[in-house]
Amino acid sequence: MTVTHRLQAPLRRADLEPLQAGDLVLFSGTVYTARDAAHKRLVEAIDQGDPLPMDLNGQIIYYVGPTPARPERVIGAAGPTTSYRMDAYTEALLKLGLKVMIGKGRRSEEVKKAMIEYGAVYLAAVGGAGALLSLAIKSVEVIAYPDLGPEAVRKLTVEDFPATVINDLAGRDLYEEGKKRYKKGNKQ
Amino acid sequence: MREIEADLIRQTIKNLFLQANFVLSPDVIKAFEKAKDAEESPVGRDIFKRLLENAALAKEHRIPICQDTGLAIIFVELGREVHVKGGELAASLEEGVRQAYDEGYLRKSVCHPLTRKNTADNTPAIVHVEVVPGDRLKLVAMPKGGGSENMSRLFMLTPSAGWAGVKEKVVQTVEEAGPNPCPPIIVGVVLGGSFELAAREVKKVLLRPIGQPNPDPEAAALEAELLEAVNNTGIGPQGLGGRITALAVNLKIMPCHIASLPLAVNIQCHASRHAEAVL
Ligand code: SF4
Repeated sequence: MTVTHRLQAPLRRADLEPLQAGDLVLFSGTVYTARDAAHKRLVEAIDQGDPLPMDLNGQIIYYVGPTPARPERVIGAAGPTTSYRMDAYTEALLKLGLKVMIGKGRRSEEVKKAMIEYGAVYLAAVGGAGALLSLAIKSVEVIAYPDLGPEAVRKLTVEDFPATVINDLAGRDLYEEGKKRYKKGNKQ
Repeated sequence: MREIEADLIRQTIKNLFLQANFVLSPDVIKAFEKAKDAEESPVGRDIFKRLLENAALAKEHRIPICQDTGLAIIFVELGREVHVKGGELAASLEEGVRQAYDEGYLRKSVCHPLTRKNTADNTPAIVHVEVVPGDRLKLVAMPKGGGSENMSRLFMLTPSAGWAGVKEKVVQTVEEAGPNPCPPIIVGVVLGGSFELAAREVKKVLLRPIGQPNPDPEAAALEAELLEAVNNTGIGPQGLGGRITALAVNLKIMPCHIASLPLAVNIQCHASRHAEAVL
């Protein structure tokens, strides 16, 4: 049976300790969005000592570039984008207290190490389920970089947004474990 | 000469991109249905259920299946007896794409490679035109996501690498991609041709419906062998571990230079979106 947790930002390391690779988390409350271009700007701001559009301490970032909302909806399709492209920028954000990242796909060894060091976890939402995931998003506000269009930073309010723990605080990695469990030898 | 109005072409390509983004084709739905029982991993089975739910929701509410509504790739088969009236073929296709992405609330995902400035209307489209006999015009719209495209590879192997070398590279490409291209995937493989031909044809090979093997029995056997090898990686749905990493391997074999063995591996995600019309 899959273990299910419920979490809401702001989060501390202690809140993340019970999470194990393979567990399901239902997030509620505030989640920030940022993908490639927004990460670049956030880290440039940090490097220049400029203030960030949001306080990252204890927060959650979801790697997503949604489709525009139809007039009757709050957001369009909103599934995760591939996370490794954010790897180069991640440690700088972890240093500021970022606690949870949601995306899809593997992280680099450096990011995995940094997550353990700074007490953060990485989860995956179902990639390519953009319509389904959008239902858990209840409100959306663009808070920075509107010129980036789909890549602008948004503040989402979510309710029971589902994601699976990939990298937990103990250093486990669900991608590696899952693959090993089902691997079969190939004949040459 | 048969005349086709440029405006009809614009309208048709617009509708095709809308349809492709909102309605997952029946062959993919059927493959999900089968996989949700066949997958050994319980987490994997659950993912197939969610993908089916996602497809149903997308269709009902006209929300894109995936937020990456892709580069607009278009394959055109232009009958040589067709005359496009009242405008240019290329301009009509671009305008159709622009309108689909604007009016359909699709994401604009095209930018300058260095400045990363968004072109804001999802153009230019990537158009491949082939002149064929007859008086028909066939249009295929294929919105292609970046996540799976980034995991695709082109290899110029040495002929001595042979089948074993080809198989190794295909499996390696899938292994390196791992969870990134949103498995379950469809693996397009083209063996032969030239550097650019292999890359172009492999995109077309992805249009072949899941479950329809290569008509040549020898190629079909090689496809089956590659599918087994890819699924033995254990990557599974979403990379969380499982038996079904790929729903299909579609292979095409073409003659090549005596010194070469080109191999193109194009990864398509489960959001395998394409729609076509014949005018
Ligand atoms: S790889 Fe495909 S399913 Fe996944 S996010 Fe990209 S377009 Fe969507």
